[in-house]
Amino acid sequence: MRNAFADELAKLGNEDARVVMLSGDIGNRLFDKFKDKHPSRFFNCGVAEANMMGVAAGMAMNGLRPVAYTITPFVTTRCLEQIRTDVCYHEAPVTIVAVGAGLAYSGLGPTHHACEDISFLRSIPNMVVICPGDAFEVRAALRASMQQDRPVYIRMGKKGEPVVHSAPIADFKIGKAITIAEGTDVCLLSTGNMLPEVIEAAHKLKESGISAKVVSFHTVKPLDDACLKDAFARFKLVATLEEHSLIGGFGAAVSEWLADTQTPVSKFLRFGTPDAFFKKSGEQEYAREMLGLTGHQIAEKVRHALA
Amino acid sequence: MNVAVRKTAGQPDAGALKLQAARLRGKIIEMSHAAQAAHLASSLSCADVLTAAYWHVLNVDPKKPADPLRDRFILSKGHAAAALYATLATKGYFPIEELDTYCKDGGRLAEHPPANLLPGVEAATGSLGHGLPLGCGMALSGRIKGESFRVFALLSDGENNEGSVWEAAMFAAAQKLENICVIVDYNKWQATARSNETLMLAPLRDKWAAFGWDAHEIDGHDVGALAEAMQRIPNGSGKPVALIAHTVKGKGVSFMEDDNNWHYRAPTAEEVVKAHKELGLA
Repeated sequence: MRNAFADELAKLGNEDARVVMLSGDIGNRLFDKFKDKHPSRFFNCGVAEANMMGVAAGMAMNGLRPVAYTITPFVTTRCLEQIRTDVCYHEAPVTIVAVGAGLAYSGLGPTHHACEDISFLRSIPNMVVICPGDAFEVRAALRASMQQDRPVYIRMGKKGEPVVHSAPIADFKIGKAITIAEGTDVCLLSTGNMLPEVIEAAHKLKESGISAKVVSFHTVKPLDDACLKDAFARFKLVATLEEHSLIGGFGAAVSEWLADTQTPVSKFLRFGTPDAFFKKSGEQEYAREMLGLTGHQIAEKVRHALA
Repeated sequence: MNVAVRKTAGQPDAGALKLQAARLRGKIIEMSHAAQAAHLASSLSCADVLTAAYWHVLNVDPKKPADPLRDRFILSKGHAAAALYATLATKGYFPIEELDTYCKDGGRLAEHPPANLLPGVEAATGSLGHGLPLGCGMALSGRIKGESFRVFALLSDGENNEGSVWEAAMFAAAQKLENICVIVDYNKWQATARSNETLMLAPLRDKWAAFGWDAHEIDGHDVGALAEAMQRIPNGSGKPVALIAHTVKGKGVSFMEDDNNWHYRAPTAEEVVKAHKELGLA
């Protein structure tokens, strides 16, 4: 996702003179394509995220389309007040792009994990929250965010994840979930970098004769109302899947939606991270396995729920 | 480069500015009494800075508050909103009668300046340490778009406690943002204590200089000197400029000056009369 972001940003920089890139001293050489062409619109803001976010807001309030980028906790919780007050209160069209969502940087330890950011950011008025499922969704989300006159948060995984879509998504729309595979028994609503695990789960389920619909529910705010209505009307089991805390994340947003719309539920499962820091050393695959978030573990739990 | 047509930088008329500052103080005191709102002393201590800015320095037109080429003035110490509202209304950004709605239910004049609501308010402030980063972004957008406006940010001394101020200070220096001027309202008090006994600010000019700024100390109540120093921005130093303005909290009213009770206290009707008399407005 990361390299797709840098590549798409370079293209957008060529097309739109309002696009400005702010980096929190990461991405060595990653933005060379942008920097070479537009040195006056690239700023390494150093390890000073509060200032970076304020600068981005000031630029956006004066007609530019800044993109503020660094590792997830540092571009969200570290400067949360600047996001709330400078960006969202002013309705400043800043695009915040985070890398290393969830447990993508598991090996770096809990300082670099990010399982609370959706919760924080979706509670702030005027903020759009997008969790792309693969590199093509990153490109489409970034492009769509530049057409918005409001703040957007894009929550990316890392580099080199499996690519799910086979081509650029021409009809990508913020707030409109994408059906990856049709199914009849269970509806798996995936947000963000969990998408490849969810597709793997669907394959495993198919082997047991269970037909799963897979949805890349990339926008957590605003929710795709129509998609949720359809899912809960048609399926005897609906599950939300995210690499984020069960408190305040995508599954929580859907739970709120269910309560607020008084939608009857037959069975509803939420997959996510627990209310605990993941303190063990180890890469993302290990962390997912420990937390029950791998494809085969998801399939197992779904099978059990349907039994 | 879209160069803003700047007012001729003639000598400030110190006498006229002084009178204007007294009127501004009189208005702020009336508002504080009517609303029984806090932060009167903080508003009085920066009245001369606002007067110098809006009556001599800023290239702004109240009839065109969104003019892209206008100079930006950010009241980073948003708790002095009464001073900003009185200034903007007097300049004609909105009707002077609207000042009567200060802090009233349903109005636009909240205790801190609002976002996207009131003409002339460049940024919503109130949480400290936000104005300078925003100002840096505005100054850079001017550079990117080839607009030569200037950015002034008025900070309180207590605000210098915030780390984001110093993040922005280093950033502005690295970017050589010579169109930015910070004015620190150095009245030696913060909300509940002497500022230098809370977090050590001194030597404040040296700190800003060490952070790469062209930093100067100035009498924050010499409205003529303030006007001259601010009008010189950009001053040819190639650096952002910091004016450490020595002020007195509650300035202009003997029984409020340097008495930190007036950070939160509002005056009675009798005190308003007394204060107006001292300001030569009665």
